[in-house]
Amino acid sequence: MHVQLTDEERAFRDEVRAFFRDRFPEDIRAKQMNGVPLTRDDYVRWQKILYEQGWAAINWPVEHGGTGWKPVQHYIFANEIAAANAPDMVPFGVKMVAPVIYTFGNEAQQQRFLPDILASNVWWCQGYSEPGAGSDLASLKTRADRDGDHYVVNGTKTWTTLGQYADWIFSLVRTSSDVARRQEGISFLLIDMSTPGVTVKPIITIEGEHEVNEVHFENVRVPVENLVGEEGKGWTYGKVLLQHERTNIAGVARSKYRVARLREKIARPVHGAPPLSEDRNFLRKLAAVETELHALEFTELRTLAAVAVGKAPGPESSILKIKGTEIQQAIDHLFVEAAGYYALPYLPQQYAADFPVDERVGDGNETLASLRYFNNRKASIYGGSNEIQKNIISKHVLGL
Amino acid sequence: MDFSISDEQSMLADSVSRFIDNDYDFERRMRIAESDERFSPEVWQTCAELGWTAMPFSEADGGFDGGAVELMLIMEQFGRGLVVEPYLANVVLAGGVLKRAANAEQKGRWLARIIDGSLQAALAFAEPQARYDLGNVATRAERDGGGWRLHGTKTLVLNGADAGLLVVPARTAGEQADTAGISLFAVDAAADGVVRRGYKTVDAHAAAEITLDGVAVGASDLLGDEDAGFEALAGAVDDATLAVCAEAVGIMQTMHDKTVDYAKQRVQFGVPIGSFQALQHRMVDMLMECEQTRSLLLRAVMLREDDSPDAARALSELKYTIGTAGRRVAQEAVQLHGGMGVTWELDIAHYFKRMTAIDLLFGNADWHLDRAAGLR
Repeated sequence: MHVQLTDEERAFRDEVRAFFRDRFPEDIRAKQMNGVPLTRDDYVRWQKILYEQGWAAINWPVEHGGTGWKPVQHYIFANEIAAANAPDMVPFGVKMVAPVIYTFGNEAQQQRFLPDILASNVWWCQGYSEPGAGSDLASLKTRADRDGDHYVVNGTKTWTTLGQYADWIFSLVRTSSDVARRQEGISFLLIDMSTPGVTVKPIITIEGEHEVNEVHFENVRVPVENLVGEEGKGWTYGKVLLQHERTNIAGVARSKYRVARLREKIARPVHGAPPLSEDRNFLRKLAAVETELHALEFTELRTLAAVAVGKAPGPESSILKIKGTEIQQAIDHLFVEAAGYYALPYLPQQYAADFPVDERVGDGNETLASLRYFNNRKASIYGGSNEIQKNIISKHVLGL
Repeated sequence: MDFSISDEQSMLADSVSRFIDNDYDFERRMRIAESDERFSPEVWQTCAELGWTAMPFSEADGGFDGGAVELMLIMEQFGRGLVVEPYLANVVLAGGVLKRAANAEQKGRWLARIIDGSLQAALAFAEPQARYDLGNVATRAERDGGGWRLHGTKTLVLNGADAGLLVVPARTAGEQADTAGISLFAVDAAADGVVRRGYKTVDAHAAAEITLDGVAVGASDLLGDEDAGFEALAGAVDDATLAVCAEAVGIMQTMHDKTVDYAKQRVQFGVPIGSFQALQHRMVDMLMECEQTRSLLLRAVMLREDDSPDAARALSELKYTIGTAGRRVAQEAVQLHGGMGVTWELDIAHYFKRMTAIDLLFGNADWHLDRAAGLR
């Protein structure tokens, strides 16, 4: 057992670090620092740079364009991309639908969809939740009725993140109601968003941004060839995908980055006030969060090590999701506390590129602290709420 | 010991409650909050007509002689309705300083117009370097003939952009953090040298950053005695602290009630989610937090009405609890509403934002626990 990187691993880290330093576009970096939402073009431009480097799909099998990295390399990459404050690949294509397609899709589907996902030519979004099917996902009602060579899809999906940018949506749809278990009538369908009958309606979230959507399907005709795997097996495929999603949303490296930024912020006197690092109350709270974070980092490393010896990420990934989001939210609130009264002005527009920097209210981007805190209350709700994760652990880990 | 309220107090509570139910539903509140206007002049006029703007002032000053109980009754309902009109800033803060420090002539000039609803006023209680320390005043008042010139920067001046009158604490003596040596000035917001940057806050209230660059004030603009303004300032801010705590209790109760209602209606896995024991216990925890916080509110109000030596500590215990128990209730209400809880469309999100702001106003949980512990 040892914690240091080997010479080889250090060389890899330096390579990754240099790449983010040299290739991450400056204008996107500025937006990230100032909490300005990225445009579709920003994401795609950055993802194509990752693609050129061969790092768009680091988790994929090598034969489809993955890296074949060892767990420690994934760990290093996650830390470096977070330390550069560069965005991860938008997950819906590369991390969510692609594993389902390369695991359960047929040859034709793999050839048709995977290259465009890898190269960020096509933007995907996720059609899982419905207004009446949140935590109880299997109660979903969106129907896909067979009509010759097509399915006819009717229903509503919700919380569709960045669906306003999407070309395609992968959806869980009901192909049969005549089944013993509700889960058995569900299929995994790929739908072109430009098909007549698809409409996207914005949902504005608590802090005022347009990040998620409702997607409506009205008599949308989808070719049968867009069904992944077998009809009625979509639930099984979808669960595999959710486990991939959960390991991704622990966000340990991002939290480490944010704690480092917070430590920098409180070390400086701002607005002529003494630095917050002289406040014992604040330091103790920060240390408590960091303790949790260090524990989670090693829990995640233990999980990655298990995966490396051939175990699939199992229900333990729920632990990462719960603890990871709790830690993120605790850090979010510490930023609010650190900003004090400067957490209160609602001025997201003052971080736009054309806004004069010396007219901004607050030090750095501190007025964004509360907006981030508000928005990220979603973290304990999405991806299977933390309550659902606890149900998964109690059932599948504890056997209760 | 008597928890009952008088008939007059009961009528006041009913009148504010009816106003919220009939004239200030969530849709109207959001129309006001999302408009370019920072509050509704029509609603403000109603507040004056119903006597609420007169409530905390003595009969001699033209008010209704209300105390901590009346303030609590009004603010708890304002919390339930998420009222964005500047009652706190105008009546409790600016009015609170004027009623304590102003002379008869000054009261006639300003307080009378706050009471009749025709004047918007603001108290510049915060400075950038001070965090929550009221006595930390770097704004200087320099002698200039028979008056002074003010130099300094004020942050988060609630109602600051709309106020015609700014009540400004400024240092006439002593070191930056001394409570002695602070004087209070009434400043015409349109005066030369006043630069205001107005904005809405994350909870849809309104505030401004204000720079004072050599603003001239005369002897008749000094409120109370020179160098001795801190007591009136602190008194008004204590009133305001109690006010936002009462508002927060109204919000906590509303969030709790709405969460329980939602849990009874929202069906997942074929049953209302309120039938799950794991969630039931959490709503019971929320209820206990609400009840304990309400008890601290009543205790703080009663000790304040009695001018008890324990009143200040009771107020800090209450504010600490608003920042801790209140935050937990707010977070749980959002969590138990699921994705809907983080949408702009649902009122829960807006209650959550107001609770977050209230935690910070006039000192957050840590600040007030330090005060309760005698560390500050």
